[in-house]
Amino acid sequence: MSKQENTENKKFSIWDLPDVPMGQLPPHLQLQRTRVVCKADAPIHTDNIIYSGAYASMGIDNSVHLGSFRDNFKVEVIRLTKDDMEFDMIGIDAAIANSFRRILISELPTMAIEKVLIANNTSLIQDEVLSHRLGLIPISADPRLFEYLSANDTPNEKNTIVFKLHVRCKRGEPRRTVYSEELKWLPNGSEFIKESEKVDTKPSTYTSFTCSQDSLQNSSSKPIGPAEDKIILAKLGPGQEIELEAHAVKGIGKTHAKWSPVATAWYRMLPEVVLLEDVEDETAEELKKKCPVNVFDIEDIGNGKKRATVARPRACTLCRECIRGEEWDKRVALRRVKDHFIFTIESAGALPPEVLFPEAVKILEDKCERVITELS
Amino acid sequence: MGLMQADHSTGNQEPNVGEFIDKQKLTAPIKSAVDKFALLPEFLKVRGLVKQHLDSFNYFVNIGIKKIVRANDRIVSTVDPGIYLRFKDVRIGTPSVMVDTISEQLSPHMCRLSDMTYAAPIMVNVEYIQGSHDQKTRVEKNDVVIGRMPIMLRSRSCVLYGKDEAELARLGECPLDPGGYFVIKGTEKVILIQEQLSKNRIIIDTDKKGNINASVTSSTEATKSKTVIQMEKEKIYLCLNQFAKKIPIMVVIKAMGMESDQEVVQMLGRDPRYGALLLPSIEECSGLNIYTQQKALEYLEGKVKMSTYASYSSGKENRALGILRDVFVANVPVHKNNFRPKCIYVAVMLRRMMEAMLNKDALDDKDYVGNKRLELSGQLISLLFEDLFKTMITEVQRTIDNVLTKQNRSSRFDLSQYLVRDSITNGLERTLSTGNFDVKRFKMHRKGMTQVLVRLSFIASLGHMTRVSPQFEKSRKVSGPRALQPSQWGMLCPCDTPEGEACGLVKNLALMTHVTTDEEEGPLISLCYCLGVEDLELLSGEELHSPNSFLVIFNGLILGKHRRPQHFATAMRKLRRAGKVGEFVSVFVNEKQCTVYIASDGGRVCRPLVIADKGVSRIKEHHMKELLDGVRTFDDFIREGLIEYLDVNEENNSLIALYEAEATAETTHIEIEPFTILGVIAGLIPFPHHNQSPRNTYQCAMGKQAMGNIAYNQLFRMDSLLYLLVYPQRPLLTTRTIELVGYDKLGAGQNATVAVMSYSGYDIEDAIVMNKASLDRGFGRCIVMKKYSDTINYKYENGAADRILRPPRTEERERVLDDDGLAAPGEIIRPGDIYINKESPVETRGQLKSAAALADIKYRPNRSTFKGPEGESCVVDRVALSSDRNNNLSIKFIIRHTRRPELGDKFSSRHGQKGVCGTIVQQEDFPFSERGICPDLIMNPHGFPSRMTVGKMIELLGGKAGVSCGRFHYGSAFGEPSGHADTVEAISETLVNHRFSYNGKDFIYSGITGCPLQAYIFMGPIYYQKLKHMVLDKMHARGSGPRVMLTRQPTEGRARNGGLRVGEMERDCLIAYGASMLLYERLMLSSDPFEVQVCRVCGLLGYYNQKLRTGICSTCKNGDNISTMKLPYACKLLIQELQSMNVVPRLKLAEA
Repeated sequence: MSKQENTENKKFSIWDLPDVPMGQLPPHLQLQRTRVVCKADAPIHTDNIIYSGAYASMGIDNSVHLGSFRDNFKVEVIRLTKDDMEFDMIGIDAAIANSFRRILISELPTMAIEKVLIANNTSLIQDEVLSHRLGLIPISADPRLFEYLSANDTPNEKNTIVFKLHVRCKRGEPRRTVYSEELKWLPNGSEFIKESEKVDTKPSTYTSFTCSQDSLQNSSSKPIGPAEDKIILAKLGPGQEIELEAHAVKGIGKTHAKWSPVATAWYRMLPEVVLLEDVEDETAEELKKKCPVNVFDIEDIGNGKKRATVARPRACTLCRECIRGEEWDKRVALRRVKDHFIFTIESAGALPPEVLFPEAVKILEDKCERVITELS
Repeated sequence: MGLMQADHSTGNQEPNVGEFIDKQKLTAPIKSAVDKFALLPEFLKVRGLVKQHLDSFNYFVNIGIKKIVRANDRIVSTVDPGIYLRFKDVRIGTPSVMVDTISEQLSPHMCRLSDMTYAAPIMVNVEYIQGSHDQKTRVEKNDVVIGRMPIMLRSRSCVLYGKDEAELARLGECPLDPGGYFVIKGTEKVILIQEQLSKNRIIIDTDKKGNINASVTSSTEATKSKTVIQMEKEKIYLCLNQFAKKIPIMVVIKAMGMESDQEVVQMLGRDPRYGALLLPSIEECSGLNIYTQQKALEYLEGKVKMSTYASYSSGKENRALGILRDVFVANVPVHKNNFRPKCIYVAVMLRRMMEAMLNKDALDDKDYVGNKRLELSGQLISLLFEDLFKTMITEVQRTIDNVLTKQNRSSRFDLSQYLVRDSITNGLERTLSTGNFDVKRFKMHRKGMTQVLVRLSFIASLGHMTRVSPQFEKSRKVSGPRALQPSQWGMLCPCDTPEGEACGLVKNLALMTHVTTDEEEGPLISLCYCLGVEDLELLSGEELHSPNSFLVIFNGLILGKHRRPQHFATAMRKLRRAGKVGEFVSVFVNEKQCTVYIASDGGRVCRPLVIADKGVSRIKEHHMKELLDGVRTFDDFIREGLIEYLDVNEENNSLIALYEAEATAETTHIEIEPFTILGVIAGLIPFPHHNQSPRNTYQCAMGKQAMGNIAYNQLFRMDSLLYLLVYPQRPLLTTRTIELVGYDKLGAGQNATVAVMSYSGYDIEDAIVMNKASLDRGFGRCIVMKKYSDTINYKYENGAADRILRPPRTEERERVLDDDGLAAPGEIIRPGDIYINKESPVETRGQLKSAAALADIKYRPNRSTFKGPEGESCVVDRVALSSDRNNNLSIKFIIRHTRRPELGDKFSSRHGQKGVCGTIVQQEDFPFSERGICPDLIMNPHGFPSRMTVGKMIELLGGKAGVSCGRFHYGSAFGEPSGHADTVEAISETLVNHRFSYNGKDFIYSGITGCPLQAYIFMGPIYYQKLKHMVLDKMHARGSGPRVMLTRQPTEGRARNGGLRVGEMERDCLIAYGASMLLYERLMLSSDPFEVQVCRVCGLLGYYNQKLRTGICSTCKNGDNISTMKLPYACKLLIQELQSMNVVPRLKLAEA
């Protein structure tokens, strides 16, 4: 490039050249900084350049400014359903987007069944396996209303939700399936009487509720119970019975995946598909046919000529069909925008996805505050 | 890239094949490729997976046992020959047990649970003489039980025979269980298939010195012998056990009445080369001055071993002739002392030896499968039964003789009452449960013939029943028998063999293999004569090897000659295809030896093939359609001559095309499906033909250790150790074999999403990184069930009995006990907890006590405490009470432990790629794909290049395509041309249609930094097996602990909480390093330090007197010169032991 020719002249600075734009990176560096280029064999420029002085020699400041972040940051919700949300997060670093993802998966608290008191289980499924299955049922209860149950706490109405399951398949009946909907919420706490040494004392149960949890429930929200009704828990043959009490407590996904409020949460960077040269006629048709998700369209440019255009780059799943084969990587470039994240949250059912994300932001905020207080 | 290239090459080949066919189609009759796969399930439906065992046992029950009884049907008293008993018929009833003289029906599951033997009564119809001397009456008695025969499950006599799934379920039996084993005293026993060299066949071989010999192992109903004719220093000798020395062969021939040398030479053939080879032998014979039969016999008489052949010493004829008649090549019958057939047989042996001498290619290959016979359970049991039956007869004879010689008997003499004995029942039961076949009558002493059926996984038990165990000793360092034989094609699985010492010796049957049973010889022999075989008796010696006709040998017996061998063979085959002779009779024309071999004996391996006429398959579209419609069965195909069974020898006369398209005009047969060359276990591997071959072998060994479901009745069985997977899955990438054997119903693994990438450094050396969230959700979770049992003795010698007490509930460790004194099901049990609150009487010996005395007998607690892994909670799963053989109460506890995978647990894919769990990582740290897919485990890519398991990569691709399109993909061996395996091209296309990259590599984001990874990651589902080796069962460490009493050194082994030994080599390292203090500590202080008193004067050990507080030397009788020092206790022990042997070791002390 021209720069190399000029290196011989020591006093000469490239910034003196008229065609070097000031305050702006040359295009190839700009590309490297803002895009992941997905070549046929491997993606390149995947890292973020974080060092503030990375381009200082070119007179460009790479540091993060709160002001510019505030101006450029944007969130657009694309899709929102009961337990599914897709939104764009623009103008943010991958590390921060990732920390939201990580917090969503492992640090947002929910309620999940942790303790199962089995009074009777004559079914085929083993006690531990049944308890494990119960634990994985997402409980629709707002975890913000509850406290964590620590090791020497007694379970009370503030930290425990109690469910009861009593199912029986009578003799002579056909086999039956036990679904999660058969878990009954006990707002007044456990009904099982603890065996105690002293006979005369008042019979105590496994929880010590001082008041009913009925008040926790506002009329608008879903009643406390399993988030899904038709989760198969067990199957009973004639004459088999299950009687148990399940105690749900608050916890986070880091301890056990059952407390994770999301089925999964992830992001992908916004795809950018660029035609490096004009793709016309047959090759255009071929290109259009190649893509299984119809990223490309064909437009007429007159004279019976056709040209391929990139119509729906967002649909690109990076199957790399369009750059497969010889020559094609010279025509099409697949890129990812490094600061544009298409974020998807699939809620497990405890909290709606639109609540989950702000909660995650709050947790990150807390963490930052903690760091600040530790530092100061 | 390599993968892509491979794809291209196959892609290029296909059109070529197409062109090739087109050219052919112009000339050949029109043929259509018929999908013959449907035959396979039909075949397995008819025959089952262990058909060889069942057929063999059925043959024994239906025919074999009758033959044995018919051959020995009389018991005649030697005292009064008029008194006899005759067995008229024998049959085996339905399995039952006698409970207080009432016969009760048995089911196999009942036997398993209550430690009984699944056996049926052997019933005979007898006719015998009652009374003696004057008033003899003939009495007939039907259904006399002479013993109990253990019954093979699912055989014709089993209650499970022909039952459908619902009925099997009612009997507590798993419908997928193939049967083929026995239940002896509650344990399932398999009689392994034994591989042997053919009986009654001439085998030409060389011995260690390079001498050529011809050997025949003769086996008839009466005798079993081995005859070896050997060439040594150009002379030919006979080696026979009954003769002390080697006998010149000419002497033997002369002794058999062929006195003229010329006739012998004539029988060898015209060619002067043969005569020249015989010349030294003839000269030797004349050197011995033996010219007549008389002289030859006299010579032989002198060589007979004295002791061994005592039975022939009596009788007028001489012993040598007897030996020649009954022992020497015993399979050739001698009628009325006509030795001519035997002479001819010897001549044929000599001729073949000489051919081998002139041309080394004529040597027989001992490893050739056609020269082998498989001995199955039916044959082994029939030997055993014959022996026991004969023993019983002699026993009965002896007792009746005893009774008859006794004067003035009080009761009326009834012969039949002496018949009922336990010897047959006990003999069969003992032999089957120990596996030691000791049949003196047949000189059979074999150990380890039966094994406990492996119930580790469903597939392991299937594999156990197709196993073929060798007769050779395993220590031999020869490679020949271990190598894969080309003749094993389609008969024995090329993959499934263990590693290590038994490698290549222990084999497994292939999927379609059938092992024949004996067939009636008489009709076949006369048929041969009808088809133009010229009887030997009518031929001169000269004609024996005349070039224009072929010898016809039937089951090793020379029948005669035939002038048109091909015509004869075709005629036999036509008759077989028409069903006029048995379907397993084999006809084999050996052009080199100018012989036609016809075989109908049992133990030959054979397999079904589609018959083709001039390269056109006999099976047409409509046949298959009828099969699918259910109007036609597999047997119909055989009956109509569309399919036939070929054994290994006959395969050599045929040209078998792999596919119909490849058939040419010379083709005689077409394979049904190529993947049937693999066995049951190798059939589970997807795309095995893309793997490096040892990997498939490794997988065959590992598939048996995989946890999963073992049977539908697994929770009702009382196995001593059972590993189950909590959520077993059916593999996404299946094979046809998987569907045929039912592995898709009783899987042993889970489909894990695998990312092939390096991660964290905890994945070196094949370790895998696992996703914690996946484990939380149940991946790899398993249940280990262990049996603990105890018996409650109800009758000690003095009449006292054990008792179980209701627990007082004062101690913590009685927590799990129920009111009946036994642990209650569902209770969590911890180490140290009592599970039976048993008390035993203090005094158990002595005289029988009265009831009153027993009432106030003293008891001591004899409680069973649970010893399990510390800190783990196990659960009492089931408690079963049953009575054992001695009518004592036997209590069995199944204790269950659920485990989630932990660091160091072993996992494996289906491609011989095992690895331990290296680390468990949080889900948020795991990489994720553009669609949010997060792998269950991460495997290091270094596992691929050296292992070359391309099949695993294709499995990943196929699995990925499978989950995205919702169809199970197939990967049967060699299945691409026939559509039983999806091609990589098709899979890639599916992947692209479902928006994945064609090569299965995804764009992945790092879960830690959030940035995309700098490579596309090969990611998709692979079926992973959890193997039974788990850290929890193996980990061991010890600080201080128990010591051995004798040496005071720490105990050995994990079970005894033993110490970790600093061994000889570790010690050497420390010595070399000079770490003397460390050595001193490890070898003495941490082991067995002991303080001794040593007398400086006499150098012997003294003792410490506690009263005087000094050491005293017991030899010097004083304590003046005593030093105290430390010594390993073992050293002190050695000194004392030497002293006890009058060796005096003295210690010389010096100042340190």
